[in-house]
Amino acid sequence: MALTATGRSTSTHATRVLGIVTLAGVAWLILFGLFLSPADKNQGESVRILYLHAPSAWLAYLAFVVTAGASALYLFTKKHSLGWDRLAGASAEVGVLFMGITLVGGMRWGRLTWSVFWRWDARLTTTAFLFVTYIGYLAVRRLGGTFEQRARRSGVLALLAVLEIPLVHFSVELWRGLHQDATIMRPNGDVKLDGLMLFTLLSGIVTFTLMYAWLVIHRTRTLTAEDMLDDVGLELALEERRRESTPPNIAEKGALLS
Amino acid sequence: MEDAGFIVTSYVITFGGVLAYAWYVLRRGKKATEQLPDDSKPWV
Repeated sequence: MALTATGRSTSTHATRVLGIVTLAGVAWLILFGLFLSPADKNQGESVRILYLHAPSAWLAYLAFVVTAGASALYLFTKKHSLGWDRLAGASAEVGVLFMGITLVGGMRWGRLTWSVFWRWDARLTTTAFLFVTYIGYLAVRRLGGTFEQRARRSGVLALLAVLEIPLVHFSVELWRGLHQDATIMRPNGDVKLDGLMLFTLLSGIVTFTLMYAWLVIHRTRTLTAEDMLDDVGLELALEERRRESTPPNIAEKGALLS
Repeated sequence: MEDAGFIVTSYVITFGGVLAYAWYVLRRGKKATEQLPDDSKPWV
């Protein structure tokens, strides 16, 4: 394959538009989260951190579900397209980022509300465990082998790891702890937020979803390009090895003898 | 606003983290795609 420098990137017109809309969403969320929404009567101003914390947690869940779905599509379809594996890897990486943001945001909210950064509460512990599991998943993706081996190994792990999500989500129902119950997705269908606070939280979910989409598109394209470069590098190395192992021709032999 | 510094720092950490990761992804993407011809990039 001929290599030519084109100076292009992973951006397209569509991703640029998506990026601009996402930045507008971030500005909107900051405006409502920090300035326009009211303080909570129980939590006070610390509720403003929840406009980041809850959406990032939901997006981390979504990212890990997408990872599992893409892995299943790789493993269980006849074509075994590596595109699904790259999507799974990209989504897991972005999910780990959002999970990290969830943990840091939650710790800072806890410092204001509970006066401590961390407690070994069921929700906090299971969330930390989920975070570490997906760091492990990313580590497994970096083990050696062919692209197909990477896809199979990490695909199986993704299908197992996603089973932790219900445990994390329902941990507040299963065990008594410090962490508050669900605010929106409650088993009885009630929503415990109203008015501007609910609107701000939903704005956060929309903004984080846009961020997730933008990041995953770019990361998937980067992984595709890097895999192609790996392929080219392997081809060149094999060609060089073949050249080295080919016996010198007669003219070369004569030149060597003289 | 009470604890304004603490709350604003949380926003800076969140969006700063996403921005740093976005920068890393774009840089890696640019570095990789510059070495490939256009016909091998499905998105072009």
